[in-house]
Formats: sequence, C-alpha cells, structure tokens
Amino acid sequence: MTRIDQTFARLKAEGRGGLVTFITAGDPDYETSLSMLKGLPAAGADIVELGMPFSDPMADGPAIQASSLRALKAGQNMKKTLSMVREFRKENQATPIVLMGYYNPIYVYGVDRFVTDASEAGADGLIIVDMPPEEDEELRPAAAGKGLNFIRLATPTTDARRLPAVLANTSGFVYYVSIAGITGTAAPDISSVGAHVARIKAHTDLPIAIGFGVKTPEQVRELAALAEGVVVGSALVASIAETLDENGQATAETKPKLLGLVEYLSEALHQLAEPRRSRAAAA
Amino acid sequence: MTTMTDALNTYRGGPDEHGHFGLFGGRYVAETLMPLILDLERAYNEAKADPEFQAELDSLNAHYSGRPSPLYFAERLTEHLGGAKIYFKRDELNHTGSHKINNCLGQIQLARRMGKTRIIAETGAGQHGVAVATVAARFGLPCEIYMGATDIERQKPNVFRMKLLGAKVNPVTSGSGTLKDAMNDALRDWVANVHDTFYIIGTVAGPHPYPAMVRDFQSVIGKETRAQMMEREGRLPDTLVACIGGGSNAMGLFHPFLDDRAVSIYGVEAGGYGIDVPNGHAASMTGGEPGVLHGNRTYLLQNDDGQILEGHSISAGLDYPGVGPEHSWLKDTGRVTYVAVTDKEALEAFQLCTRLEGIIPALEPSHALAYVRKLAPELPSDNLLVMNMCGRGDKDIFAVAEHLSMEM
Repeated sequence: MTRIDQTFARLKAEGRGGLVTFITAGDPDYETSLSMLKGLPAAGADIVELGMPFSDPMADGPAIQASSLRALKAGQNMKKTLSMVREFRKENQATPIVLMGYYNPIYVYGVDRFVTDASEAGADGLIIVDMPPEEDEELRPAAAGKGLNFIRLATPTTDARRLPAVLANTSGFVYYVSIAGITGTAAPDISSVGAHVARIKAHTDLPIAIGFGVKTPEQVRELAALAEGVVVGSALVASIAETLDENGQATAETKPKLLGLVEYLSEALHQLAEPRRSRAAAA
Repeated sequence: MTTMTDALNTYRGGPDEHGHFGLFGGRYVAETLMPLILDLERAYNEAKADPEFQAELDSLNAHYSGRPSPLYFAERLTEHLGGAKIYFKRDELNHTGSHKINNCLGQIQLARRMGKTRIIAETGAGQHGVAVATVAARFGLPCEIYMGATDIERQKPNVFRMKLLGAKVNPVTSGSGTLKDAMNDALRDWVANVHDTFYIIGTVAGPHPYPAMVRDFQSVIGKETRAQMMEREGRLPDTLVACIGGGSNAMGLFHPFLDDRAVSIYGVEAGGYGIDVPNGHAASMTGGEPGVLHGNRTYLLQNDDGQILEGHSISAGLDYPGVGPEHSWLKDTGRVTYVAVTDKEALEAFQLCTRLEGIIPALEPSHALAYVRKLAPELPSDNLLVMNMCGRGDKDIFAVAEHLSMEM
C-alpha cells in the first residue's frame, strides 16, 4: 500500500472526503514555499500536490501561470523542487506528496534520474498534465518501478471509448477535471460532475478526486459528497499572490493567509463528516 | 525510435499511426484535448480520401488564392552571384501575400466539414492571422486570433488587416507576449470551447495530426515546383532552399522531393545575433535540444532545466522556440541540411533582392536568400536551385527602415 492508498483508507474510515491542496514549488520563493508546504498538513491538507513549475503551462489558467512564473523568476528548478520534497519528508511521514506538472522539465532532467530522485526524496505520485495514455510509455513504467503512483486526469470530454484507456495503469487515485477548460476559471456544475463521476466509478474502484475551479467551502462540501477527494489549487496560489509586496516578494501575511484558507476549506469536510467537531474548534 | 540509417526506403512515410516521426512528434496534450485531436485525425483521414474535398480545395487554390504560383528565373540574381541557376517559387504572390493561405483554405474546409462554427488561431508576425481572418470572412465564420502583445506592437498593419476582416484580435500578455504564448492561449481557448471550435494551427507543429495535415496542405508548393521545373528545364531541380520558423513553407517545398536523393535540400533557420549568443537566436535545430512543447517532441530553445526560452530574430515570423517535428527527424536522419543565417545577413539579402529583382521579400524568405547568396556561387552554372519566396515584404518595411536607420 502506498502512502496515497493509506490516506484514502484512513479517510474512508473517518467517513469524509479528503482535501487535496496544490501549490507551486518555489512560489513566491524557495524558503516561503517550503515553510508553507510543511504547514499544509496541520492546516487540513490530506494530500499535497506540489507543482513543478514550467514556463509554458498550457492547461493552466492565469493564477497558476503567474505562480509558475514567480517560482521560476525566484530561481526554482527541478533540483530545488525535489529538495523541497526531501525537506518536507524529514518531518512528515504520513502526508502524500504528488508532483504535478508538464513533461519537458522531466524529460530534460532525465526520466530515470527523475523517478529515482523523486522516489528517494519521498514523493508518492505523479500527475503529468500533457502526457496522455498514448504517450506515457517512456515515463509511467519507470515511475511504477520506483513505487510512484501514476495519476491520470479524466475530463468531461473523456468519452466511453477513451475511459478504459485512461483508467488502465492509473494508480493512487483518478483526478476528475470538473470543467472542460483550464484551471481556476469556470465553476463546476455539480449535477453534470455527479453524472460523470458516477460513470467513472462504474469502471474503477480507485478513489476519485475532483478539481479545477474549486474555490469555496460550499463547493468543497458538495463535491466531496460525490467523490473521495476535492482538489483546490488556483484559489490557493491566488491567495499567495494577494499577499505579495509590490516587488512580488513574500510578506508576513503570505504564509498565514494561505494556511488560513486551507483551514477554512478543510472545515467544510470535517463538518460534513462529524458536525460540531471541526478541526478549528478542536484547535 | 528513429532508425538512423541512411538506407531508409522512403523519407515520405511519416508519421506513424501515433503521429511520431522517429523520436519526434506525438500527442503531448491535456486529456481534455485528446478526444478532439482524435476526432480531427479521423475527419482529416476521411477528407483526404474524398475526391470532392480535394476538388473544392483545388478550386479555391486556383480561383481565390491564385495558384499555381509562378516559378520565376531570377536572372539578375543568378548573374550577380555567378553560380547556380536560381529560381524563386513565388508563393508571395498568393492572396494575402504568403504561403499561409494554402494551409488555411485546407483547414477551414475541414472545419466546415466537421460542422465547427467558430475559428481560433495563433499568430506571430500576423501573416497566418491575416490568412485565417481572410478565410473566416470568406466562409462567414466568427474568428478569434491570439497574438502576443509584443507582436501586436511590432506588426500593427497586420493587426489592422485582421480587424478589417472581422476577426477579434486577443492580445496575449502571459509569458513574454510572443508567438509561443499566443499558441498557449489558443490551446487554452480550445480546451474551454471544445464543443464548437476549430483551431487552425499555422505551422507544421502542434500535436498530431497537425504537423502531417499542415504539411499536406502546403505540399502544393513542392508539387507545383516539380511540374513547373520539368516543363521549364526538362528535369528536377538540384537544390532546394527555404527558411524555417515552424517550418511550414519549407516542408511544403521539400516533402515532394524527399525521395529524390539527388536533390540537395537546405533549411535556413534564424540565427539572430548569432548562434553563439545565448538566447540571441531562434535556430531550434542548429542551436537547441530535443524537448516537448505544444503537443509534440521536437528541437527546442530551452535552458538546462527544460524551461522554454524566447529566442530572437529580426523576423517575427521565425521567432518561435520550436520547429515542426518532421524537420527534427529530417535533421537527425541527415536528409535535409539545416543551417542558420544572422539578422544582418538576412537584411543584406532583403536589400539585394529588392534592388536586383524588383521583388521586396518578407524578412522570413530573406533568410533563405541570404543562404542562397553563400551557396549559389559554390555551385556549377547547370545546378538548378529553387528558393521558396514564401512571403512578400510589405509588412516588414517599417522594421527594415528602423534597422537601416532610414526615414520613411
């Protein structure tokens, strides 16, 4: 059982959906980003997605594009991203880290070197946005060989013909993209998401996490009722952006604002499971 | 994987069924787009097999665009350089002033066949954007063009032409506001409007089937050249030269000749300030490394962390950090020789051609011309050389005036 499998088993036992949080590694700078990463589990993140910044994130909306560029401008690179994972893992053995990004930085780093280093650093899974099943043969088996889950995206356009190919060799969980669009733009339509998720569930026993366009506790609560997890990304990196000074540097508010938002969203899930015993109240 | 032997039966068989040209090409796109590009591939294969589709396209090429474009003997340039006999394939005489219309007429026919009702495209210098806006107007489809904010500033006349033609021009401010960013935003638009939108990609790049499809539509250039040269000289040319940004005009000229081993083929990239100047050129093959961008694997301008670089060229149309995957394959197999010329050399060739032939070339084919200037004198006088004059220079006169410090 991987750390991701264990997490979903625990969530099932607790009777609630999990909160999956996305931040970009190195945004707005290495130290702040690492410190926020370390704070995410205590704030309520059940799984952490760590973005590997790329200059041309073609499936991402303005918030994550800007976040990637801030990280790159601050000197982030693949080596530093993996070193963040290593630092996080020194203190936390329970919370899964999923590395999310585009293929080119991995290809240039070297596939074998990447899966070895990512696994040794303590990463648990990979989401490679621009690597559909048709093109994943040079990365997926190598990742599996190092015990990394390979998590695929299913989307509203993934029709019945494609779904089996998308689900084959997917492990850890399925990431359901709730809108036909880019990250952080339109809000998902709950009823159509429900129908799509039910269709996927008919084909797999894997947990499903729903993401793209999730911003509010209400959305988190509604989507969590349909699946095993909810992913929040653009709203989090946008909250980072709001706290930066005029030179784009982190301020004293950056970390507390991000973690505060994570806590606020996480409460929705705890209320869903056990009313009146929210994490914030317990704290 | 690429079979790097010099004993290939054919250089014209690519791509394979997955869209790969050896190591290069493919379909590296988000899952949301996968069903669409699979649909597009099916629709294109059906259209290709339908004689009516080809007949409609031939008719538009003849009566709307003005094909065939002439094969012109550049007599004074030949005399001046003193070597190979130089011909220009005059694709700058097409409607809208460049080879871009060849591809746009093909793709808009396909869009209509597929029942798509909205057209989007990216553009760099604006030549492709103008061609797309033109065919969208001709067939009455709404059209949005993504263009980098930096390029909008550099290419105002083309922006105005697109607007006159009824297109909406969306300035792209993400990244550095140039062609690659425009392509990112067009892909983002497509992902968000999958139900009704057709994306007309302007070059032999992007995910499969675009590189093969755009090549097929542009191959009219090479097919005409074969027939015209047979008629003029009774034999095939010996040498072909074309400029390479994404590489669509070059692929269109080269592809019909790839299996004629006696034909020497040269692709000319934009060397900018020089290949040795870091991030100072746009020569992906001469000065880049393989990587994955915009849906395909190809040679890219990138740093050692796999981040894409902007590159530089005097010509906004060559200013793209990648190149069509089939070119990358032709480079690695050795069938085509890829070289680079600098901004300065291109500017000199621009002036030479204008004065000697009375043809104002675009800055893009001025790169090809600059290489012809080096190559032709080395060749015997019975060597038949064809250079693709893929665009006219009207759009570039402002930039040229500035570079030459001339008053307009």
